[in-house]
Amino acid sequence: MLKPADLDAIRAIIARAKRWDLFFSLLGILSLMVGVLTFTVLFVDMAIQGVPRLSFDFFTSFPSRRAENAGILSAWVGTILVMLVTALSAVPLGVAAGVYLEEYAPKNWMTDIIEINISNLAGIPSIVYGLLALGLFVYYFGFGQSILSAGLTLALLILPVIIVATREAIRAIPQSIHEGSYACGATTWQTVSDHILPYSSAGILTGVIIGMARAIGETAPIITIGALTFIAFLPTAPFAGDPPAGLFDWIFAPFTVMPIQMFNWTSRPEAAFTVNAAAAGFVLVFMTLAMNGLAIYVRYRLRKNIKW
Amino acid sequence: MQIQTGVEAGVEGALLKADVRELDFYYGAFHALKRVSMPIYDHRVTALIGPSGCGKSTLLRCFNRMHDLYPGNRYAGGGIVLYPDDTNLLAPGVDPIEVRMRISMVFQKPNPFPKSIYENVAYSLRVRGMRNKSELDDRVESALKGAALWSEVSNRLKELGANLSGGQQQRLCIARALASDPEIILFDEPTSALDPIATASIEELITELKEKVTILIVTHNMQQAARISDFTGYMYLGEMVEFGVTDQIFIKPQKKATEDYITGRFG
Repeated sequence: MLKPADLDAIRAIIARAKRWDLFFSLLGILSLMVGVLTFTVLFVDMAIQGVPRLSFDFFTSFPSRRAENAGILSAWVGTILVMLVTALSAVPLGVAAGVYLEEYAPKNWMTDIIEINISNLAGIPSIVYGLLALGLFVYYFGFGQSILSAGLTLALLILPVIIVATREAIRAIPQSIHEGSYACGATTWQTVSDHILPYSSAGILTGVIIGMARAIGETAPIITIGALTFIAFLPTAPFAGDPPAGLFDWIFAPFTVMPIQMFNWTSRPEAAFTVNAAAAGFVLVFMTLAMNGLAIYVRYRLRKNIKW
Repeated sequence: MQIQTGVEAGVEGALLKADVRELDFYYGAFHALKRVSMPIYDHRVTALIGPSGCGKSTLLRCFNRMHDLYPGNRYAGGGIVLYPDDTNLLAPGVDPIEVRMRISMVFQKPNPFPKSIYENVAYSLRVRGMRNKSELDDRVESALKGAALWSEVSNRLKELGANLSGGQQQRLCIARALASDPEIILFDEPTSALDPIATASIEELITELKEKVTILIVTHNMQQAARISDFTGYMYLGEMVEFGVTDQIFIKPQKKATEDYITGRFG
């Protein structure tokens, strides 16, 4: 027989236990705010400083010794072209490597060592990639201080991220789907191309974007391979000029990228250049966010038709 | 293991489709199948029963070489001979893909691909290189009819397979297994994830399917084995304890162990 007093005792115990819920939810919100607020403050501060400086001319002007004339034309074109080379080289390599490790590779000590090394590669400081690229791409292969060298360097840098994301996306496909394909008589390649890649593409895309977002802000390895900090011309467009340039001549052009342009401006003593740097920073963050937004949209479209 | 005399009685007119001969199988160091022997008769339903972990699914998955997908699995002796061509499915020279093209499988949990209903069924034809649209259409339709699903999905073939109910999804998987016109279809506890009504429709379907194809089914539901199968094998700890005509296994088992299991005293 339950007495009213017992009920009160139970309620008191529940109330005491729930105080911990309250405590931890407050702690959680606080921890969350450290990250979110810091970013918001930085971004808003940068926006307040930089946004008034944004104008059409800012995007279409080359850097200049006079802060009010300076623009980011060479920087944003350089960033986009370097990212293009990075994506075109890192995505096929990373996805192919990830698919191989998940679907084809035998599970033995060799592949175990490779796996551990891929995780380690993701933790190597980017400056080391810069040094490697300086020796390998710039001098040994003779690509020079070009968009190609920079793109390939950043591709190496984000390769582990893409490989790991590819593997995780593949592992998220239920074993039963995998077995279902083989049970139909499919070969490994048929299973990969008809099932594994289509069903994991959303997850792979997320990894690619995380990698690209990291690459777009990298400065150290790009400086190491010798990007110019002041550049007042664009790479030649395909088939432009006289004699006409080839389709891919631009990949050997010297270049600069957004973070280097910012770095260059922040090191100037004049306050006007700091404003320029803030404006460029705002554009860079916006580029990253736009890339993320696109990825979220594409991922949503891809996932809509995938239900297990 | 001893083949009962009752088997001969049930064999009348039934040809041997496959023969498991003293099969040994290991998961790493674990001896999962111990000198298992069993006949599979053409156009009959053969059921495998036994408690969890007895090796019945392991035996089933030998038939389409599913074990080859994972490292550490080893066929250690004996084999499964498929008639009429006397091919040992487990021989090292036999391509597992060839085996899977002859013997298809329906899994425990319905596993339609995240593709349209049409593409799910057409997939087993596409891997066989079939590209002709009208031929594909015909084969998909007849497979869906064979799986008793056509009337429910004929006007929604473009929809995702996952939008169907659980029982319909399982019939879709049966249509996929049926489309390629296999010699044997393996069923691995096909109704354990379904409600009683969906289960009844799958059981009815299996009984109809034996007109077209030989069936091997693993079930942990003894009533199901009694209802739908012609032959039953009882397995325990990786061994085939008793194999015989279903009625006889359930009414007059020869071994004490079988009797204990089917009467519920054990298992």
